[in-house]
Amino acid sequence: MTDLTQLSLAEARDGLRAKDFTAVELTRAHVEAVAGARALNAYVLETPDQALAMAGASDERLAKGEGGPLEGLPLGIKDLFCTKDVRTTACSGILNDFTPAYESTVTTQLWRDGAVMLGKLNNDEFAMGSSNETSSFGPVVSPWRRDGSNAGADIEGTHLVPGGSSGGSAAAVAARLCLGATATDTGGSIRQPAAFTGTVGIKPTYGRCSRWGIVAFASSLDQAGPIARTVQDCAILLRSMAGHDPKDTTSADLAVPDYEAALGRGVKGLTIGIPKEYRIEGMPPEIGALWDQGRAWLEAAGAKVVEVSLPHTKYALPAYYIVAPAEASSNLARYDGVRYGLRVPGRDIAEMYENTRAEGFGREVKRRIMIGTYVLSAGYYDAYYVRAQRIRTLIKRDFEECYAAGVDAILTPATPSGAFGIGEKGSADPVEMYLNDVFTVTVNMAGLPGIAVPAGFDAQGLPLGLQLIGRPFDEETLFAAARVIEESAGPVTLPEPWWR
Amino acid sequence: MNAPVNPKKLISGALGDWEVVIGLEVHAQVTSRAKLFSGASTAFGGAPNDHVSLVDAAMPGMLPVINAECIAQAVRTGLGLKAQINLRSVFDRKNYFYPDLPQGYQISQYKSPIVGEGEVTVDLPDGESIRVGIERLHLEQDAGKSIHDLSPTESFVDLNRSGVALMEIVSRPDMRSSDEAKAYVTKLRTILRYLGTCDGDMEKGNLRADVNVSVRRPGEPFGTRCEIKNVNSIRFIGQAIEYEARRQIAIIEDGGTIDQETRLFDAGKGETRSMRSKEEAHDYRYFPDPDLLPLEFDQVFVDGLAAALPELPDEKKVRFIGDYGLTPYDAGVLTAERETADYFEEIARGRDGKAAANWVINELFGRLNKEGKGIENSPVSADQLGAIVDLIGEKVISGKIAKDLFEIVWSEGGDPRELVETRGMKQVTDTGAIEAAVDQVIAANPDKAEQAKAKPTLAGWFVGQVMKATGGKAAPAAVNALVKQKLGIE
Repeated sequence: MTDLTQLSLAEARDGLRAKDFTAVELTRAHVEAVAGARALNAYVLETPDQALAMAGASDERLAKGEGGPLEGLPLGIKDLFCTKDVRTTACSGILNDFTPAYESTVTTQLWRDGAVMLGKLNNDEFAMGSSNETSSFGPVVSPWRRDGSNAGADIEGTHLVPGGSSGGSAAAVAARLCLGATATDTGGSIRQPAAFTGTVGIKPTYGRCSRWGIVAFASSLDQAGPIARTVQDCAILLRSMAGHDPKDTTSADLAVPDYEAALGRGVKGLTIGIPKEYRIEGMPPEIGALWDQGRAWLEAAGAKVVEVSLPHTKYALPAYYIVAPAEASSNLARYDGVRYGLRVPGRDIAEMYENTRAEGFGREVKRRIMIGTYVLSAGYYDAYYVRAQRIRTLIKRDFEECYAAGVDAILTPATPSGAFGIGEKGSADPVEMYLNDVFTVTVNMAGLPGIAVPAGFDAQGLPLGLQLIGRPFDEETLFAAARVIEESAGPVTLPEPWWR
Repeated sequence: MNAPVNPKKLISGALGDWEVVIGLEVHAQVTSRAKLFSGASTAFGGAPNDHVSLVDAAMPGMLPVINAECIAQAVRTGLGLKAQINLRSVFDRKNYFYPDLPQGYQISQYKSPIVGEGEVTVDLPDGESIRVGIERLHLEQDAGKSIHDLSPTESFVDLNRSGVALMEIVSRPDMRSSDEAKAYVTKLRTILRYLGTCDGDMEKGNLRADVNVSVRRPGEPFGTRCEIKNVNSIRFIGQAIEYEARRQIAIIEDGGTIDQETRLFDAGKGETRSMRSKEEAHDYRYFPDPDLLPLEFDQVFVDGLAAALPELPDEKKVRFIGDYGLTPYDAGVLTAERETADYFEEIARGRDGKAAANWVINELFGRLNKEGKGIENSPVSADQLGAIVDLIGEKVISGKIAKDLFEIVWSEGGDPRELVETRGMKQVTDTGAIEAAVDQVIAANPDKAEQAKAKPTLAGWFVGQVMKATGGKAAPAAVNALVKQKLGIE
């Protein structure tokens, strides 16, 4: 039998339906791959017994012809999603061995549709990071290596980050440790790691997926989405993940379209905008070239490409780094050692709080809590938070005007560069790391859908992605356009499993 | 507000008169089955942490969902306070750390409350009326309860109250004496109970007040205020104000200044003491709760609630005065509680309103108070008391017999009309029978009859004897007339 982990999610689905193999076989192949890839540190918790039990149940349903849309398909779950009776930590020491008594809405819907859980995936602590280096479980190693680097898993200095915060999700998908993975995106946490690992990731419109049961980072920006190896696989997964949830009042009461059916629509007759403000100073030429290539592919497929202006783009990153930490400083107040997770005793309640939070939170999380507390405090609120919200309104208006002028989707690079080495960035200046999100944060600030799709490679042979930004709740156009880029760019040859 | 200073309300200090200025923030628990943002029960009591949902315990990833009934209750209350209803309001987070605040923030409304300016008319015991402005009403979550006295080394937390909906009703600093403040809270409580939006149970903490007190010399601008937190009885509100005003006056008269601070009222000692100063005040870092969209509803929703609103105490009082000829005082007493007003009106409808009011206020209330019962537990129903009033009106029984009858109905129950028959309590109006009794008494007391001719007041004695002889059932007017006639007194 061929290696079942080589299949795309869609191929595996079709193979199960055709009874070419069983869900247990498919799951076992993945369980073994996961166990053989611990050097990548993509999974923080493996649940092989649960996976095989779920697969067994899937086989029974498939035998009766009752299988759901994701029946028997093994997935990895970002550790930000609460999973019933399965440890959920957000990769933070403060949650310790927290085991929820409830299941997030998004994962509930995946299990409802028959999916199989392989385990919990690594991420930046509380999703705060762009390299997966802030995780309390340590960094994730990208399966990708620079050309000419033949170093083994134990050689320092050559390992690359998979991006973040959904670094475990992206690495696991790229290393074939699951058919697809859940992820979340607050400022680029789905799209940036997808771009770094040659995978596809979509952040749907804010409100498309329920946030209920997902550990909150910044409530007005957080949104769940899938990372998978193809545009089609993302379309299949998003349909199951999305939908209105009365338990999340910010979730949209809209029907979820059949995204897979939209894949073949093409881009003929669509107008694609190229925002001039995204051509930032110091952008590597290879990123510019990739962008031009993407534009040419879409034009060749029949799209009309126009230059557009999003004049407030340059304020997006600073405004994001006010809004997101502000919300985070409040969202993370509940981790106080009183009811669950880590508690470090103290002489009195204040000291217990201090000891617990000092030990439980990592450096980056503490930094953002302090920034957030500062920008909300009396005397600074108007100067920072209120102004940042005003900028947010202006950014949103930029996009609205662009779409009102007839643009259907906007094409940009996904990241300002390819993947970098572990420990290479941000240790001296956190802003160096924050700049990774320069093309992605605007989308969260405006609540729009954005997809990252592999489009080429940098000079070192590392994958690069393009980003398409859509109208609110028009993920279908993004899937159709991303499919055109995917087909034009040709299949991504994923790295050989050097980590085994 | 710069209303004319009422000299009667001033407090005398050592160096002259002072005016006390009071504003109140009343926290009223919303009557609803479920909490403001979760489905957990609001039932009082229960074992600690029995009524706690995942949201109330602030488990990771949990989200608040607004309870529509709490919104309707806040709007009803706003309408009852004749206040501006805001069709768009915003929930904010008030951030601070405390073990009984699981989220690390209280969801409240800061800049955009659901209800804006309104007004309450307050009647004072001396018959005077004042108007107290309402600045705003907003919705917020209650906190849980910290319990410090179960262990010497640990504190316990009960989250049953955590997330229960509260209305914070903020008055303007329009009150000038502890009596006015007490009357305001009493009136506010009456309105809330009429509306059914808060049960007003202060013993359970379902209604409590933060009291802002400052003093000034008449005509001067407002002084620095102190806020006395969480006072949970109307009597204590009065005591706290009295103590605090005198404390502040003493400090200023000694050449000191008042520090703006938060204080606690110690009911045991009857005094207030400092809790935290302005410098120690929290920076609550309010910002709009990103988990909740702005709360929006339309005027149709408000109009629907307004149409279904019950008659409120002020309107009812005016109507009782007009419809039943009551004095404003009696009307005020009878409308203080909706249940009392309903009880009264059941009796008064189609009967003599004044007589009904007398019986309810004097006999029934007297008896209820004596036994510590509320009107809802009255052994005498409105139907029964109505029948007693009817029997007097029909002259079947005298007022005196009616009181005996009331006692029988109170302790034994039964239909008053039947009781009058079976117990032979009917008034004797047959003049023949009365005349015979009068004749008998005169015949038995010839000396007194003779004296009475010279001293007509003795007739009273004869009337008494006749009433005694007839078991109190003779119609007093007929007895009176016949005694005088037979004795030849005119």
